[in-house]
Amino acid sequence: MDCLVLKNIYSTYYSGNRLLPVLDGISLQVGDGEFVSVLGPSGSGKSTILKLAAGLLKPDQGQVLVDGEETAGHSQLVSYMPQQDLLFPWKTLQDNAVLPLLAAGLDRHTARARIGKLLPTFGLEGFADYYPHQLSGGMRQRAALLRTMMVDSNLMLLDEPFAALDALTRENLQDWLLKIWSRYRRSVLFVTHSIDEAIYLSDRIYVITERPGRISLEQKITLPKPKVRSMVTAPEFSLYKKILLEALHQETSWEDGGKIEGETF
Amino acid sequence: MAEIKKLNNIAPALILIVLVIGSWELISNFSDIPTYILPAPSAIVRALANNFGLLLYHSGYTFAAVLPGLSLAIIISPLLALLMDRFTFFKKALYPLLVISQAVPIFAVAPLILIWFGVGLLPKVLIVALVCFFPLTINLVDGFSQVDPEAIELMQTMRANRLLITRSVHLPSTLPYFFSGLKIAATYSVLGAIIGEWLAARAGLGIYMLRAMHSFRTVDLFAAIIVVVVLSLALFKLVELAGNLAMPWQRTDYEHPER
Repeated sequence: MDCLVLKNIYSTYYSGNRLLPVLDGISLQVGDGEFVSVLGPSGSGKSTILKLAAGLLKPDQGQVLVDGEETAGHSQLVSYMPQQDLLFPWKTLQDNAVLPLLAAGLDRHTARARIGKLLPTFGLEGFADYYPHQLSGGMRQRAALLRTMMVDSNLMLLDEPFAALDALTRENLQDWLLKIWSRYRRSVLFVTHSIDEAIYLSDRIYVITERPGRISLEQKITLPKPKVRSMVTAPEFSLYKKILLEALHQETSWEDGGKIEGETF
Repeated sequence: MAEIKKLNNIAPALILIVLVIGSWELISNFSDIPTYILPAPSAIVRALANNFGLLLYHSGYTFAAVLPGLSLAIIISPLLALLMDRFTFFKKALYPLLVISQAVPIFAVAPLILIWFGVGLLPKVLIVALVCFFPLTINLVDGFSQVDPEAIELMQTMRANRLLITRSVHLPSTLPYFFSGLKIAATYSVLGAIIGEWLAARAGLGIYMLRAMHSFRTVDLFAAIIVVVVLSLALFKLVELAGNLAMPWQRTDYEHPER
């Protein structure tokens, strides 16, 4: 069964007193254990898709099903990582990470012990008692991912988790995320505006147009697994890139197409 | 190095103070301004030392109004701010009234409070509470409204209950606002108590000042001012200290013990 299904979603929002369409008939699904990306320019309503999936927003039309059940705009138990890492500055790394466990009813002591065991896997050993502002950008993202993973849900919603990082740190974290993902096998809906990131990480990619967001392409990625960094120079990779670029620019004129991030090699 | 840097920061103020006091001393000693107009700093220090016990006695009375008054404000303000945050109706009804109430000078309200509540300790406590109440409440209301809605949404996706959300998001993100309000309130509080004492009291720094004024003992008036300043600063520092303890993440000098 599909872990997440969005059926024919229409979504709007008020800007001042004007009703603006954000999503215009979006349908997508994320299979069990599948890594799916939504690729699109900034302001295409990608974050809205995640908020709908998390039940934080109610669609104007259409259905959102998580594990086959309709959410109807009620917040769901999902591993949701918003765009900013949103580590609480007033909590230490471990106290940020235990929050989902506390919410699930665990006592602080047990929760901390569980986090303590996971810190090495997330490259955060010895930093349990650091405050977020004392950590590097990459560490903060790993800490936020650790917290996200602590939610006991099969569905992970990640909103451009690496967008704010430098290229090198970002690549390292992508490799690391794939490793973590293949170990825990969660279903992932990943939002990004980077073509390379989408191809490298995903099993399947939805390309979404500029606002109002429509899906212009669904592309399966069949690169050999486990993925290795050298893959990005392979001809198949370039072919995917060409297809995705074309889909992205179908409705976007080239003059303001600068919002798309297509790294060159 | 840290000490030198610190010294560099306070040096300009220190030099200015020394210059002002120095010239003041010279002017008082070598001009014919009478001492009841401008007593020399050295005379003020002597007055302070000679009447130290008396000043301490009166400070005690003043603090007997300051501490309960400030505490009362600390208890009432969060409750009211919480109500105003939770129920928009309350906020719409009370916020303008709060602001208007601040346009009424405390000097005008204080006599009323004395008429209503007599001349004992209670009216002074109430005056202190009244002056402290405003900066605390307004800061808290602003603090509550600044809570990041995304943080609350994140907690909702974890299925956190209301108590956990309040404890881990609302309270800590409002604490800085609370403490900056409390800093202002703490400095106002001594002032509030003194105003109350000016109107009617048996003892207190306000009374000490009134008596000094009536008998033209300007030097004692200055001594009392110094005590008021020191007490206000001490309260301010105390609040700062409490803030640092309550919000370790805010300390700029925070170093992890293992580092």
